[in-house]
Amino acid sequence: MSTTRGSAPGAVTEDVSRTTAGLLREEAEQARRTLLKRALTSSPAYMFGVLLVLVIVFSILSPSAFPTTSNARNVVLNASPLLVMAVAMTYVMIAGGFDLSIGSVLVFANVIAAKVMGWMGTDDALTVVVGLLAALAAGGVWGTFNGLCITKLRVPPLITTLGTLGAALGVADLISGGNDVRTVPLTLINLGSAEPLGVSWIVWVALVVLVVGGLVLHMTRFGRHTYVIGSNPEAARRAGINVDRHVLGLYTLSGVAAGLAGMLSLTQFATTTIAGHTTDVISVIEGVALGGTSMFGGSGLMVGTLIGIFIPATLTNGFIIQNVQPFWQQVATGFILIGAVYLDQLKRRSRERA
Amino acid sequence: MTAVLEADSITKRYGHVTALDGASFTANAGEVTALIGDNGAGKSTLVKILSGVIAHDEGTIRLDGERVRLESPQHARELGIETVFQDLALAPDLGPAENMFVGREILRGGWGGRLGVLDKARMRREALESFVSMGTDVKDMFAPVASLSGGQRQSVAICRSIKWASNVLFLDEPTAALGVRQTRNVLDLVRRVAARGVAVILISHNMPDVLQVSDRIEVLRLGRRVAQFPGQGTSIEQLVGAMTGALDQRAA
Repeated sequence: MSTTRGSAPGAVTEDVSRTTAGLLREEAEQARRTLLKRALTSSPAYMFGVLLVLVIVFSILSPSAFPTTSNARNVVLNASPLLVMAVAMTYVMIAGGFDLSIGSVLVFANVIAAKVMGWMGTDDALTVVVGLLAALAAGGVWGTFNGLCITKLRVPPLITTLGTLGAALGVADLISGGNDVRTVPLTLINLGSAEPLGVSWIVWVALVVLVVGGLVLHMTRFGRHTYVIGSNPEAARRAGINVDRHVLGLYTLSGVAAGLAGMLSLTQFATTTIAGHTTDVISVIEGVALGGTSMFGGSGLMVGTLIGIFIPATLTNGFIIQNVQPFWQQVATGFILIGAVYLDQLKRRSRERA
Repeated sequence: MTAVLEADSITKRYGHVTALDGASFTANAGEVTALIGDNGAGKSTLVKILSGVIAHDEGTIRLDGERVRLESPQHARELGIETVFQDLALAPDLGPAENMFVGREILRGGWGGRLGVLDKARMRREALESFVSMGTDVKDMFAPVASLSGGQRQSVAICRSIKWASNVLFLDEPTAALGVRQTRNVLDLVRRVAARGVAVILISHNMPDVLQVSDRIEVLRLGRRVAQFPGQGTSIEQLVGAMTGALDQRAA
């Protein structure tokens, strides 16, 4: 029996320190190998394969229209506002939450920004900055409201954000009288058509959000706490993490991201687009889920979200070029989403059995 | 042996129900003290009080001879008292190293640290070092905890706690869900923790485990300490007798 009372640990100490050094070397080696292996077998890698197949298929079907620079630019531009919201949604979903309200919050911020800039009546850089701040604040207010309902009133995220999905759109309609606001300053429209380094500002903004979002998620304590909360909120609480404050922050971020997306959309179309965002939330959640972020929280990668967002975007674009009714895109991505979540379930179950 | 944690005449009432009725308890540095008792004897209440989860009504708690009031679990932890509850409180999707540093992440130096950038390599290294030095078989720092065996998960939770427990470590039923071999590994680990000078308190229903690993055994019944036994030379019959009240040996 090795477990004896008062056994001296001294005898094993030397042995242990030697194995530690060996294991540490081994670990460094293993880390490189496992990281590569895990990267290649991860959901983002699979989904990158799927995306590649889509691109190849559409390129073969319409070689003159699909694989062109202008078409690629078009796809990326249309996906940019979605990508901004998807970055925030990745956080929310990793923390085990959900935000259905983003499409309506986008529209609300859209209307508020246009109205504020209209009231100012000016047309210069300051007008645009104030409009941007108004959009961010408008989104942030709804996000904070969601977060407070979820953390303080304990209303489930699905219900809370379903409620604000209706409410935010309703308020936007009340403010705008149900008609799109077209009083967008020229400065903003010019900004939308400017293409520094050959790419629209809208894409640059989305790219910055993606990179910063990814770095914070994977490199910082804030990101780490997001994973812990999604994986086991009780463990996070016992470890002294202020779970409610963190979750409130994430929903606020999601609202602010929707506000930013609203401003981007206003820049892109030079008008509010009240009726144009009902399916945004589906595309965003689809993108995040396809990218491998678990529906149950606790795991996910930002690079997955980047890849995931482009699957519905590419499908839509390819179908339009092929003259297929774009409704088919909704049918296709709907089923792909169910398949992706099924795979996530399978992975979880096999892991739990191991 | 010096008493690290002393609880004296602790009383806790929930309305008309008296959960603890003047219970006393002592844990010494470098020893494994088993706390046993039948269901409802007040074990969990006492552990919750001594780890700062709930407040007691009467009685005193001394840590290293000094009177303390444990305001919260965080406060208890700051005083070097850690508890591994039965549910382990691990994040199943994260790796062993990530779990070890939950809420106590090590940041990089310089401006990166001020921005909250984690020093992942250092946390992995330190975690692996403690897993190895405690003789556990937790080696893959990248595998999610959910994919580990029950014994390995218990090892991760215990190693995490002793990384921070400078004085006292409570273990609530650490072997309840484990097979024979993993139980032995965890009990070995418990001995090694005590050998570091920590006062380990083992709450268990498993009498053979208790007798195998403990230096001292304290028995609670009806909210009071009714008996103290040395780990060596005590029989299961004596323990069961004290727990059920068949054998009444007054507490010292």
